[in-house]
Amino acid sequence: MAQIARRESVALGTVEVRPGRIGSIVGTVASYFLLVLLVVIIGMPILWMLSASVKTLPEIYTFPPVWIPPHLRWANYSDAWSMAPFGRFYVNTAIMTFFGTAAKLFNGITSAYALTYLRFPKRDLVFLVVLAALMIPPQVTILPNYLTLGSLNWINTYPALILPEAGIAFGTFLLRQHFLTIPREILEAARVDGAGHLRILWQVVLPLSQPILVTLLLLTAVGRWNDFLWPLIATTTMEMRTLPVGIAFLLDQEGNTQWGQVMAATVMVVIPLLVLFLWTQRYLVEGIAAGALKG
Amino acid sequence: MSISLAPERSGRFWHEWGLFLALVTPNLFFLAIFTYWPLVYNVYLSMVSWDMVSPDKVFVGLANYRDLATDPEFWKIFFNTFYFVGVGVGLTMAIALGVALLLNQKLRGRDFGRSVVFSPTILSGAAISIVWIYVFDSRFGLIHLILAPLGISSPQWLTVPEWAMPALIIVYVWKNFGYAVVVYLAGLQSISKELLEAATVDGANARERFTNVVLPQLSPITFFLLITTILGSFQAFDLVAVMTAGGPVDATNTLIYHLYEEGFVAFHAGRAAAIAMILFVLMLAVTVIQLRTVERRVHYS
Repeated sequence: MAQIARRESVALGTVEVRPGRIGSIVGTVASYFLLVLLVVIIGMPILWMLSASVKTLPEIYTFPPVWIPPHLRWANYSDAWSMAPFGRFYVNTAIMTFFGTAAKLFNGITSAYALTYLRFPKRDLVFLVVLAALMIPPQVTILPNYLTLGSLNWINTYPALILPEAGIAFGTFLLRQHFLTIPREILEAARVDGAGHLRILWQVVLPLSQPILVTLLLLTAVGRWNDFLWPLIATTTMEMRTLPVGIAFLLDQEGNTQWGQVMAATVMVVIPLLVLFLWTQRYLVEGIAAGALKG
Repeated sequence: MSISLAPERSGRFWHEWGLFLALVTPNLFFLAIFTYWPLVYNVYLSMVSWDMVSPDKVFVGLANYRDLATDPEFWKIFFNTFYFVGVGVGLTMAIALGVALLLNQKLRGRDFGRSVVFSPTILSGAAISIVWIYVFDSRFGLIHLILAPLGISSPQWLTVPEWAMPALIIVYVWKNFGYAVVVYLAGLQSISKELLEAATVDGANARERFTNVVLPQLSPITFFLLITTILGSFQAFDLVAVMTAGGPVDATNTLIYHLYEEGFVAFHAGRAAAIAMILFVLMLAVTVIQLRTVERRVHYS
């Protein structure tokens, strides 16, 4: 009875089991099969993109297709680079991401520190006011923000790409949650040593918050890089556009015909974040898991 | 918690209050200008008729809302949005839970599996939309490659109204379910082993343990994911804009895309603002309804 229950548990994944016992081999094989299937299903479109990015046009319009063409047409990448100002796209996206992320993190850290450690009349009300921003979705703000920036003649400039996203509500909440868990004793010890608030922030609180800061940094950077609706509206010339917006226009231009070059272009858009992800995936994935459990 | 930095003395708080203001003001400044003020201004804009060029805005009261309410195209878009949100979120949550259960087992390579599953989340929506347009190509695409050996001819995904929304939903789920998987995995791994063992001792089989222990223990996470996924799907713009531009024949036009069309293509500021307000109220209502009905059933240990 216990043996059967155990085997079913393996299949339903409700208990972590080391595979190996005779009775659970079928379940384990099934699980591995599903795992492989899962990776294949998720990864296929990405492999498809990579494969097409080095194919010639005749190879693309062949059915059935070959996954790895005999000669890799790297020229697709140089073609794509000249079809649209990719250099500008990269620069614009990098600037938007760097300054946007820096601004958000700065604002998140400063307000979270103040809301956690400093006294102020009706401090909790201030916190609620910050949180209320979470209830206001982007679509309600895009038209007014466009008009605000328009009145400053800042449409199609870097401030337009950076400033509207400089405020931060959810990150402030996360950081404050984390700051609240730092033991009093450590902070009191620093105070006894004569440290002022800013020193405590820099030398005690921030070092102790590394994991969540890294997660927040990564999530924010990804969000800024991939932002589409606002940069679409806020930029009006190809020279100011960002990567996601730029390739959408590229598709418009080239139509559904030059798939080799268009796939090469999408690879160029996606590669930086993919590389960043491969390098930092543990932080990102575990940070999200931890954050979700606390919240 | 607060940490006091000054001896007991009246007036000691001014230093701290000053620092508080200095630290909080930057964030509040940006939030005020780019988040709070826009809400107010948008309410006003929804009640004017304006082409965003002429200096005069004509106040029309609730005319924009009336126009939308009597426009059958608007109701089609409204229905499309709920179709997208309902099916998209349902599939995302169900598949994510299944995959999380799979990855919860001690299999070699499961961390790799978890990373692969999560990776679409960090890719640009516009970029992968373009890839999927090619994937959906009915003569040379990946889907056709898979269906052909099975003898099924690939539908004209993005050019036929009946298949366009399913296509969008497939892409949406592919891109977003990884986040839910990661969160569900964390939840599964935090379920107390004692609870599961107690259930086994009580004679519960795996299916019963799943229904009576695992699911209830996961309910706070399900609740959290439901809210974030629903709100996120209401805002899915890049997929629609790049893959179908709302077509064919408005088959995939959703509220947020319609907002963009009205505001930044047709320059009907008032109508766009009204659509934004409707979307805002909808999302607020969905959240409130969830907080009321679902939270009652959430099990906190």
